[in-house]
Amino acid sequence: MADTQFAQSDAYLSALIREVRSVPPAGVSLTMGRRTFFKLAGASAAGLVLGFRLGGTAFAAETANVDEPDGKDQAMNAFIRIAPDNTITIYSKCPEIGQGIKTSFGVIIADELDADWNHVVMEQADINPKVYGSQGAGGSTSIPHAWDQLRQAGAGAKAMLVAVAAGQWAVDSSQITARDSVLTHAASGRSATYGSLAVAAAKMPVPDPKSLKLKSRADYRLIGKRYRGVDDPKVVSGQPLFGIDVQLPGMVYATYTKCPAAGGKVRSFNANEIKALHGVLDAFAVDGTGMMVEVMPGVAIIARDTWSAFQAKDKLQVDWDLSEASRDSTSQFSAEARKQAANFPQKPDDNIGDVDKSFANAAKTVEAYYEYPFAAHVPLEPMNTTAHWHDGVMEMWVPTQQPDRGLPIVAKVAGIAPEKVVMHQTRVGGGFGRRLVNDYACEAAAIAKRVKDPVKLQWTREDDFAHDFYRPAGYHQFKGAIDKGGRLDAWQEHFITFTADGKKEASGANLTDNLRYSIKAPNLRRAKTMFPLRIPTGAWRAPGDNAQVFAAQSFMHELSLASGRDHVEFLLDAVNRDVPELVPKDRTVNFSPSRATGVIKMCADKAGWGKTLPKGSGLGLAWCYSHAGHVAQAVELSVDANKRIKIARILVVLDVGPIIDMAGSQAQAQGASTDALSTAMGLKINIENGLIQEQNYNAYPILRMPFAPMTIDPYFIQSDNPPTGMGEPAFPALAPALGNAIFAATGERVRQLPLRDLGYSLAV
Amino acid sequence: MLTLTINGQSRDVDVPEDMPLLWVLRDHLSLVGTKYGCGIAQCGVCTVHVAGKPVRSCQLTVGDVGTRAIVTIEGIGSTPNGAKVQKAWMEAAVPQCGYCQAGQIMSATALLDANPQPDDADIDAAMAGNLCRCGTYIRIRRAIKNAAAKSA
Ligand code: FES
Ligand code: FES
Repeated sequence: MADTQFAQSDAYLSALIREVRSVPPAGVSLTMGRRTFFKLAGASAAGLVLGFRLGGTAFAAETANVDEPDGKDQAMNAFIRIAPDNTITIYSKCPEIGQGIKTSFGVIIADELDADWNHVVMEQADINPKVYGSQGAGGSTSIPHAWDQLRQAGAGAKAMLVAVAAGQWAVDSSQITARDSVLTHAASGRSATYGSLAVAAAKMPVPDPKSLKLKSRADYRLIGKRYRGVDDPKVVSGQPLFGIDVQLPGMVYATYTKCPAAGGKVRSFNANEIKALHGVLDAFAVDGTGMMVEVMPGVAIIARDTWSAFQAKDKLQVDWDLSEASRDSTSQFSAEARKQAANFPQKPDDNIGDVDKSFANAAKTVEAYYEYPFAAHVPLEPMNTTAHWHDGVMEMWVPTQQPDRGLPIVAKVAGIAPEKVVMHQTRVGGGFGRRLVNDYACEAAAIAKRVKDPVKLQWTREDDFAHDFYRPAGYHQFKGAIDKGGRLDAWQEHFITFTADGKKEASGANLTDNLRYSIKAPNLRRAKTMFPLRIPTGAWRAPGDNAQVFAAQSFMHELSLASGRDHVEFLLDAVNRDVPELVPKDRTVNFSPSRATGVIKMCADKAGWGKTLPKGSGLGLAWCYSHAGHVAQAVELSVDANKRIKIARILVVLDVGPIIDMAGSQAQAQGASTDALSTAMGLKINIENGLIQEQNYNAYPILRMPFAPMTIDPYFIQSDNPPTGMGEPAFPALAPALGNAIFAATGERVRQLPLRDLGYSLAV
Repeated sequence: MLTLTINGQSRDVDVPEDMPLLWVLRDHLSLVGTKYGCGIAQCGVCTVHVAGKPVRSCQLTVGDVGTRAIVTIEGIGSTPNGAKVQKAWMEAAVPQCGYCQAGQIMSATALLDANPQPDDADIDAAMAGNLCRCGTYIRIRRAIKNAAAKSA
């Protein structure tokens, strides 16, 4: 029973990761063409966006319903409202988790609309996938998924405004130009603001998206410039924005305590003692659904404020039934993996060419074993959700990356129809993949059903460390061959990973397709061994790639050294190798050897590849194809006798197509590089007997200001491909670039993360 | 009943004296700009000023505040350095998720109050207690220097 439930939770997560990873192929319109246009029906007192689709015969009747009183904001469609004073409100449909999407989405729509950005107000849309389509933030897919839809929303609204002006002025619409929320007819000298036309425009027929002519790159006025984040004024002045900031009249506060070893159940707890504590209103056990991604068994404490709830939680004594709880041990996994590394499994997953023959004929072979640990996400805003069960409706405020996917699960947990769940998006204090899972929202719903007032469920930081969906550890035994011409000839990889269901890899524990396509050896063999795992795993920023690229691109450097060739030259040769079996058949994979070549060359060039460095200094480079981005990173550093690393500079070169918001993209490139440095240097989750050993930030040394690099220089190759996301691609290649630089400086190879386990630290 | 002076105003609260100032601000005074991140003085998101000094409000019980004046992120813009720091933060587009930034701004403002022209080592020392999970440190450093340049 329990095993099935572990496996089910894991299957849900794995499917989610696959879904958020896939990137649409170039030139396919994802939404509007098929979904048809829609309008915004109006805003209720609760600020709720009620949307419905328009199209076909229902069209006339529905447009009649959306008429707003004159003098009010006019809804042009579900994304755009225009006020008489020319203020334009744009709704961002996806969660803002620090990736800057609320700004970028606005810029995309406003550019097509030719809106005056200084008078655009960005608002967060509520959750309604029927109207908006996908409303998640994961896998760096928000931009590629929404690119066509948002441009069509902007162009469609503009076409409606133009049609009104053309009618009023009795001129051809092709002679009307739009700029900064004003339409002009040059020949007659007439002009009108969008605000003055909005009442009539809102009544115009919605244009067929196929009839809309979207701008070409040369026509962009807003896309590609630098923007301040649209919420920044509120962020810097401490205005309520985040899930944790939600306050409702009469609200009470809850904590929820689950078994420290995943899978344990509540037998009993000291209910009478807890209920008698100061400020405590109630305490009860929750059976839950037994699914990690929903509600696991635990004890809820309801109190008049957070502190009273936390104090009571400290005094809580639960008798846990541990019969089905995790007994996982990372020290055992690590020891066992090392033992099994040399036993290459009988049945390979990939088998191209003849690896054995290549090894036999090789000029050189190289073998190496790499390992990296479990990691926690721990975004700075601890998990929380505010829920209010009233009038048969579950109204919720959830800081989540997947509100659209969370809503039906919450409904299931609460035992109500999805239509009875109203989910408001809040700003999210960091995601990194943790909030793709809505477990805390499900818990809040389960608790809210038993509390008559609005209730805010607040996890402690310790809860967050103990109940994450961790980045799985991984162990790679490599063997490679270099042929007599100094080229990569064979790649053999024994990947030791984890399984939740005994059949396939646990979520986030599979070798990524990105690596499968981009390691181009003419003879290639891969197989895996899987250890059973009870601790839940999941998507952690650039799932799989975030650590597997460290192993693969560090080993690639080892191979280049064995070949006697320059590393960059070796990489370029390998990337452009013609191996027909490794050409992606999946159309959603946009791996391109020429884009990879472009970023590697530019990175080497900007880093001054080949320059002479003083003794003890080194320059390292690595590249990756990740989340549709092609990326190269370089690290220049020096290492002293005490293994203290001084980073001189970090470079990151990305080809993610055209940049929407240059400031935001630079921030993502710098932030992901910093996160990757922090993770490579110090982050590790140890598990013993099912218990997560690290309980708070004091045991999990996220990089701090004194150790942050002084310069991280991002460069963008703005190729003519459709734009793809920036949240993840700048992470994976940093760790191997760092390890390769350490080798260049010291001759010591880094085959294990985090570096602090090898005695390395960052110099101030 | 306790009386606190917060952002220049006198506020009465009915809470136990051992409640950390953080939770009094957030749950009893609707001042939610001050954040909770760790509860053990590790992350700095709860930083406020007490008598002009940066303090982790998760560690200071409300009973120990006494009559000392409290300034939170909601009030820091009314101080000269606070306003400069906020402006510099926006100009450098510092925030990513933004969750740590209230604490960062409170620490940065306290630094400039004590040391109008901090060097890199001063910035390191003053900001070491404020984690940023998103990695905004490069822009924080630049924003502090820009704000300091305006003070000169
Ligand atoms: S919440 Fe006070 S330092 Fe983290
Ligand atoms: S901006 Fe996200 S934690 Fe600092």
